[in-house]
Amino acid sequence: MHSIPKHMPTSTVVSASRGRSAQEDPWWVRWTLISLSVLVLSVLVILPIANVFYHAFSNGVAAYWNNLTGDRETLHAIQLTLFVVPIAVCANVIFGVAAAWAITRFRFPGRTILTTMIDLPFAISPVVAGLMFVLLFGAKGYFGPWLQQHNIQILNAWPAIALVTTFVTLPFVARELIPVMEAIGSEEEIAAISLGANGWQMFWRVTIPNIKWGLLYGVILCNARAMGEFGAVYVVCGRVIGKTETMPIRVNTLFEGGTSETYSSSFAVASLLTMLSLVTLFIKIALEHKTQADLKEAAQTHQTE
Amino acid sequence: MSIVVKNLSKQFGNFKALDNVSLEVPSGSLLALLGPSGSGKTTLLRIIAGLDNADQGQVHYENEDVTHQSPRDREVGFVFQHYALFRHMTIFENVAFGMRVRSLPRSEIQNRVHELLRLVRLEGLHKRYPSQLSGGQRQRVALARALAVKPRMLLLDEPFGALDAKVRQELRQWLRQLHDEIHLTTVFVTHDQEEAFEVADRVVVMNKGHIEQSGTPQEVFDHPATPFVMDFLGNVNVFHGRVENGMAMMGALNIAYPDYPHAESRNATAYVRPHELDIERAPFGTSSLEASVTQVNPAGSVAKVRVFSKEFGLALNVDLNLERYAELQLKPGDLVYVAARRARVFMPPAADYAI
Amino acid sequence: MSLGFTLVYLCLLVVIPLIALFTKASSLTLQQFIAAAWTERVRAAYFVTFSSSLIAAIADTILGLMLAWVLVRYDFPFKRLFDSLVDLPFALPTAVAGLVYSSLYAHNGWMGQFLLPLGIKLAYSQSAIILVLTFIGLPFVVRTVQPVLESLDADVEEAAACLGASRWQTFTRVLLPSLYPALITGFALTFARAIGEYGSVVFVSSNVPGKTQIAPFLIIQRLEEFKYAEATAVAIVLLIASFAMLIVINALERRTQAANSAAN
Repeated sequence: MHSIPKHMPTSTVVSASRGRSAQEDPWWVRWTLISLSVLVLSVLVILPIANVFYHAFSNGVAAYWNNLTGDRETLHAIQLTLFVVPIAVCANVIFGVAAAWAITRFRFPGRTILTTMIDLPFAISPVVAGLMFVLLFGAKGYFGPWLQQHNIQILNAWPAIALVTTFVTLPFVARELIPVMEAIGSEEEIAAISLGANGWQMFWRVTIPNIKWGLLYGVILCNARAMGEFGAVYVVCGRVIGKTETMPIRVNTLFEGGTSETYSSSFAVASLLTMLSLVTLFIKIALEHKTQADLKEAAQTHQTE
Repeated sequence: MSIVVKNLSKQFGNFKALDNVSLEVPSGSLLALLGPSGSGKTTLLRIIAGLDNADQGQVHYENEDVTHQSPRDREVGFVFQHYALFRHMTIFENVAFGMRVRSLPRSEIQNRVHELLRLVRLEGLHKRYPSQLSGGQRQRVALARALAVKPRMLLLDEPFGALDAKVRQELRQWLRQLHDEIHLTTVFVTHDQEEAFEVADRVVVMNKGHIEQSGTPQEVFDHPATPFVMDFLGNVNVFHGRVENGMAMMGALNIAYPDYPHAESRNATAYVRPHELDIERAPFGTSSLEASVTQVNPAGSVAKVRVFSKEFGLALNVDLNLERYAELQLKPGDLVYVAARRARVFMPPAADYAI
Repeated sequence: MSLGFTLVYLCLLVVIPLIALFTKASSLTLQQFIAAAWTERVRAAYFVTFSSSLIAAIADTILGLMLAWVLVRYDFPFKRLFDSLVDLPFALPTAVAGLVYSSLYAHNGWMGQFLLPLGIKLAYSQSAIILVLTFIGLPFVVRTVQPVLESLDADVEEAAACLGASRWQTFTRVLLPSLYPALITGFALTFARAIGEYGSVVFVSSNVPGKTQIAPFLIIQRLEEFKYAEATAVAIVLLIASFAMLIVINALERRTQAANSAAN
């Protein structure tokens, strides 16, 4: 039989990618929709970002720097966020890997219930989440009296902030990992075991390299949400200025401060959080390509088998 | 309704999909566009339907120039390789779609859909969804849907390409019967020469964006116009050699070739189909080639024998009928003599001759 | 081992707190529950929450469909940039969103100074809440519709065109029905998210009962008064609404998956 050279695209492949006249919309429809979309994104997204930085820097860079570092309470809020967020992220990474492992590698009754449970924090309002922990650890809560007796402070202190942040960001890592691990399958792991690797070696040398991009992606999303969590933290932190304020709470306190000074300070803190989200977005785009390539590769190796 | 295509060219990036193609499809005929993938046959069909735009050239339906008409104004029935059924609609709604967008009266739609479902032998399935049908059934729904709007012609893009061999066989015959009943001008694209020969009135063989040959199946099969057609239509044995003085000399295989009576020697290639070769245990005829049997496979309607000529370093495929095979009792390693009953000689580059 | 750890972790973080919530709620009698969760003021707050969320979710569904269509079907300069900007509301802390929206639409803000003379007062009105909720929910519909739109086969549209359908008929009769599940999923996600949203709304709301006071705010108010049971009662209503959404989403996802696997 005849074979055309490999680099030459076949007609069906080419026509699928370009110039299908039946799929083309009239120029004015295209033009209107593109303009509208650009307008919507400009007004809803670009303008606000520009506005944050405009207000943050409106009194110059020196004032901006002073707003951030000259205020002890603000500094403390930054420190507290940087202390609590890694705890929540680490906890959810360990949980995410374990949960994804359990769900994709074992068949057991109640698997779907388990995945639904992992999704639950998405569906629960952060304020309600905060309330649940107040009910447990508050002065009038179920464990409140016992905690008071033993002089353990959870509510209105960093442990409660860490707890609710972990709760709110619980699904992210697991949700990212489950499809990746499902697609990759367990053949490589079984092969590693059959070649004499123990469970731990298999995990570090086979599983982790396979899922690293998906894992990192989950961590990035989890981190962004953890840094920005407001409602749940607001409920449990007690808002003791200089003690239990995280960055987003500090933004609110400064905003309610009423003076123009506190107003621009709140934008200074907000600009830090905005930069964080821009960086998150940037890494996310880079990682999305990698995870999608991983998924495609996995799909292909499965097809050829 | 006849279709006339004049000087069509189409390029995708650096790839020439169609290179100055002209073609006429007579009214009421069933024509097959046959060729390997990448030959431009699907692009040609899509341009005829208006789904792709040509870079150059015209498309006429009868005397009407439709080159710049959109597909929705052309009133053609198009059937896609992967059915392209509307999966959220029932079979009834799928077939009715073209009439619904034309706002035809309800009762007329009702009657016509049921009439068409009878025609494609799917009556009673109108309430099902496409996902509940088999591939062959889905393709028949697609056909009914295309016919529902009383199209001026029917265009089918590899219509049976996604189906099992057995279903494909049935649908082919059924398509031929259907065409004999309704006599709608029909063009279908296929890469399967058997399918083209079995179904079509006329076959057009395409390669690398141009037409290699067109004619009735008989003409194309018996008198391939080019080495490509010869090769594409089935297994061939290829001999390289020379022609001079009315003879083609292909190594040990010499064949009379009266079309070239000149003394000047020219390079040529001869193509011989496996069933056109004979095997004897002893030298025979004007010239025969000494070879040893390497493989025999008598399973099937013919016995396939593979022989190897040491002298010319040439492996040949020979098809023998089963009686002849039983007579010869060939085994691998046997020494035999091979001669051609018939051959087609092509002289590169320009002139192609056939005997 | 991983399964055991997963279960323990989920129990500690999700199950026990949820049990605490429902136990607290069950300590109320039906009359007490109604008195806490169904007074006029609370009903007004539900109304603000649900109506704002509903309008924002509808707006996001329409905008999201348009954005997804434009991002999948057309080419234009900086398309990749605009595509990634869609995710920003997801990555941006809600407090920042609230802060900046309150500044933009204030009387001297970038948008407010043009809109106020036209009689459009957005700051501290319900419109501001709707606007900020629309921002928060923007990515959901786009990101659920986009992959479905990408995976639609071109030949279905071509078939419709050959059968004589106009572009608009093809869109409404062929494309839109295949997008419904994704649109509803995106809508439900946006709606569920908006119902619970607090961080951004607190910046743009003037907290007027019946106008701009939202249900999550009432929960916090009750908590500050140490009325845990009353707070819980309101929370239960919100929670049930969100769970209903989650169930709808899951059912839809399962149905779409089943339909897809049957078609292949």
